[in-house]
Amino acid sequence: MTPRVVADPDEAVAGVEDSSTVLVGGFGMAGMPVTLIDALIRQGAGDLTVVSNNAGNGDTGLAALLAAGRVRKVICSFPRQSDSWVFDGLYRAGEIELEVVPQGNLAERMRAAGAGIGAFFTPTGVGTPLAEGKETRTIDGRDYVLELPIHGDVALIAAHTGDRMGNLTYRKTARNFGPVMATAARRTIVQVGRVVETGEIDPEVVVTPGIYTDTMLDLAGLDLAGLDPAGLDPVGLDLATSERVGG
Amino acid sequence: MSTTEHLDRGPRDKNELAAAIAADIPHGAYVNLGIGQPTLVADHLVAGSGVVLHTENGMLNMGPAAPEDEVDPDLINAGKIGVTELPGAAYFHHADSFAMMRGGHLDVCVLGAFQVSEHGDLANWHTGAPGAIPAVGGAMDLAIGAKSVFVMMTLFAKDGAPKLVPACTYPLTGLGCVSRVYTDHATFEVGADGATVLETFGISLADLAARLDVEVLTGKG
Repeated sequence: MTPRVVADPDEAVAGVEDSSTVLVGGFGMAGMPVTLIDALIRQGAGDLTVVSNNAGNGDTGLAALLAAGRVRKVICSFPRQSDSWVFDGLYRAGEIELEVVPQGNLAERMRAAGAGIGAFFTPTGVGTPLAEGKETRTIDGRDYVLELPIHGDVALIAAHTGDRMGNLTYRKTARNFGPVMATAARRTIVQVGRVVETGEIDPEVVVTPGIYTDTMLDLAGLDLAGLDPAGLDPVGLDLATSERVGG
Repeated sequence: MSTTEHLDRGPRDKNELAAAIAADIPHGAYVNLGIGQPTLVADHLVAGSGVVLHTENGMLNMGPAAPEDEVDPDLINAGKIGVTELPGAAYFHHADSFAMMRGGHLDVCVLGAFQVSEHGDLANWHTGAPGAIPAVGGAMDLAIGAKSVFVMMTLFAKDGAPKLVPACTYPLTGLGCVSRVYTDHATFEVGADGATVLETFGISLADLAARLDVEVLTGKG
């Protein structure tokens, strides 16, 4: 089915249920789907498990979702940063669960989910505290630990350009987790810097084929005034320079 | 290689360390430089080194840091610093980025460390201190992924405790993964045979051995 293209962020995230596992793209702020996250805050779903590389930066985006008390558990590789004060406070207060996963295992666990792989043996983490309690196996003389897939109910990602078939391209290192998360969730919602007509993206440069895309939020021309949750600035959305939107 | 004692000078500073590591990186190698001091190595790669830098957030042939007024929020390194791209750069997603690491395609990785054992075990992600929030990032993937893992660190902690140890007491990042340890006072090879000193700086072999708890082997001449 071709994806739904919407201009309203609230429409894009409608129907996200309480207790969902939400995959959130981005590495730091690069590729962070800030507009979709802000819409999810307004939408109100709670008791969420969030899977993302970091646990929020500053007070916006993922940090704002955490601050709003909507997240029960974070699965990430690197929560502790100079500007992760929202997460740090919740963690120290015992108000949020944390599962730390090595970055490559995090990506591969979602890749496995999207590819229908039941589990995989990886050398990353063997002999460390992050492999404790997990099955291990020696294969051809090397030790591996068994890691399980991470399936999302919903993925929120950001892309640079999408066509009406849902084919996506990304920009520079803002690509990061987007293409993997797009495959790993039952429902993939993409904020796209610009939606173009079918055929306008060279098929050779498509990174995420449209089969993975369920909903696209077209950021081009989006008036963000009045959509600001709790007075938060939707940072990173410089609509005057649309080249950078979506990244 | 026989052990060389450089006694006519003091310990190496971080730039001398970075230069020594850069000089040991083979021509044309694919290299990942860890966050923090290891990034200094890039400044010491000579023109024509052919070295291609990998950043695990999804790029090969990464260029130098971007000037402050030219930072592109979509183009950052693993330390989330704005960087630039060199001709021939390539972008890829996270699963591909770590697959090329885990799959053994990366030649060299340079990492910092809290501790390295004489057998090459690495501890560099977590102090294990009560209240410390664990954060691993790509450290475990890098430790076991690159063909050669070089550690860049001071030989002694601020309290004087050696960081080259018989066995790591901090939580491990990887087992038997480090091949070489570059420190202010000495360069070591580590592995199954133990720790071999290649060079010392501002300290004699005898004094070095006295300050370490590991058995210090010397290069065979």
